Amino acid sequence: MAAKSKPELKPVVIVDNVNVVYKVFASGRRATRGAAGGGLFSRKLQLREVHAVKNVSFTIYEGESVGIIGSNGSGKSSLMTAIAGLNPIESGAIYASARPMLLGVGAVLLPAISGLKNILLGGLAMGYSRKEINENAEAITKFAGLEEFIDLPMKTYSAGMSARLRFSIAASRDHDILIIDEALAVGDQEFRNRSEARMREMRDRAGTVFLVSHSMKSILDTCTRVIWIEKGEMLMDGKPEKVVKAYNKHTGSTTID
Amino acid sequence: MSVADYAKQNGLKKVGAREPLLEYVRHAWQRRDFAYVMALYTNQAQNSKNRLGRWWIVLLPTLQAAVYGLIFGVLLGGSRPENFIPYLFTGVFLFSFLQGAFANGATSVTSNIGLVRSLSFPRILLPTNAVIQQVFSLLPQVGLLLVTLIAFRQPITVNWLLLIPILFLMVIFAFGLATISARLTVHVQDLNKLIPFITRIVFYVSGIFFSMDKVLHNYPVALQIANLNPVYVYISLARGAVVEGYSMNATMWISAIAWAASFLVIGVWFFWKAEERYGREI
Repeated sequence: MAAKSKPELKPVVIVDNVNVVYKVFASGRRATRGAAGGGLFSRKLQLREVHAVKNVSFTIYEGESVGIIGSNGSGKSSLMTAIAGLNPIESGAIYASARPMLLGVGAVLLPAISGLKNILLGGLAMGYSRKEINENAEAITKFAGLEEFIDLPMKTYSAGMSARLRFSIAASRDHDILIIDEALAVGDQEFRNRSEARMREMRDRAGTVFLVSHSMKSILDTCTRVIWIEKGEMLMDGKPEKVVKAYNKHTGSTTID
Repeated sequence: MSVADYAKQNGLKKVGAREPLLEYVRHAWQRRDFAYVMALYTNQAQNSKNRLGRWWIVLLPTLQAAVYGLIFGVLLGGSRPENFIPYLFTGVFLFSFLQGAFANGATSVTSNIGLVRSLSFPRILLPTNAVIQQVFSLLPQVGLLLVTLIAFRQPITVNWLLLIPILFLMVIFAFGLATISARLTVHVQDLNKLIPFITRIVFYVSGIFFSMDKVLHNYPVALQIANLNPVYVYISLARGAVVEGYSMNATMWISAIAWAASFLVIGVWFFWKAEERYGREI
């Protein structure tokens, strides 16, 4: 196992032979005319297994910033939610020095209540006391840039506005192990700059950061190690330049973007 | 050296592993504010959906009781239980609480799956939140019940105070019920479809609108079995406390305490057993 190398470094996250499998009820036919008849409108319901992460193992050491790359549906987010302890794994084990915090698609809050109440609720779910949240509520609102709308129900917010609020709630605290899923890079340019600055700040304070991204530029800018996942399997793990180069060759990109 | 030993040696903990039961309960208790605030806000959100808002909390069971009173009052004719209206109202109001806790508990994890997938907290807070929501509705309903009782000239006695421990035991029982139904529907979503039937059956066998003693008069064994039904136990205890002509006895109290305690323990244990599985795609 990878665990045996570099004995002088302190491990922070160990992913040991992890498999993530989703079981989905699906009519087991493709939308093409099947040999057995029935085709698209087949009534047969069967349990289909989707093997999203296959036998992935790696060890992350203190101070590393790890980039996770791969095409859509390759299993990056499944692996990250598993590391955050939100997605049950089929087999294997994940060890961490602290509870990893996932800054991703984020807390799906209650759409019928106001943004301010959602701040309180999200904070309580994350384990903060009412006092702490009340002290931070104003800063969170300001960071999200939603001062005017914070009393309106969240269902009246645009997609960008609610993503901003979710990010602001999750980012209101420092975390030892941080997982940033770039799916949250919505919002306008101004908010993007602000959130990127906040992410860098957190990365400097947090020992370990995972960054899931399709932007090779931000991967090269921020990461000290890159893991490439394709179809659930780990294809490469190593120095950013090397892995990104191989990935670009695979996808046919010529420029780094 | 195995990976597990290596992790342990470096002070790493397994992610997503279920905590020991006591630790789990302690953590859930620390975060109880979350369940409370979530219940409060969900209720507010629901009430703001329609014009009459929170009035529906008392209007709905009153309408229900009125309909049942009209239909069964006429149907049953002479075999109506004594003191029919207070008898019926007590039954309908308490039953609607238990029914709500059961049904709301059943969907508490499945309908909050987004929350489960994005934040880590003891999942038992979700069925807890469902029961708290029901308690918020129960309190005004009990108020209305008392007003109805006075309107129907029931004497106010010291026994009315016994409603407090009775309702307390019933809430504990409902909490156990909600945690069990919450886990069951996670495993088998189809159960959601059966819940209305289960509640209907329980409604008809719990003596909400008829007198169990009168109907099962000639079947002592069946009556004994019926007396074990927890829903019936809580409702008849409450009737014994507030409705004239009905009484409580020690067996009822023991059975009420036993149901509450066993459902609390079994429910928490049963829910905790599957803690790391909530959130899995089905």
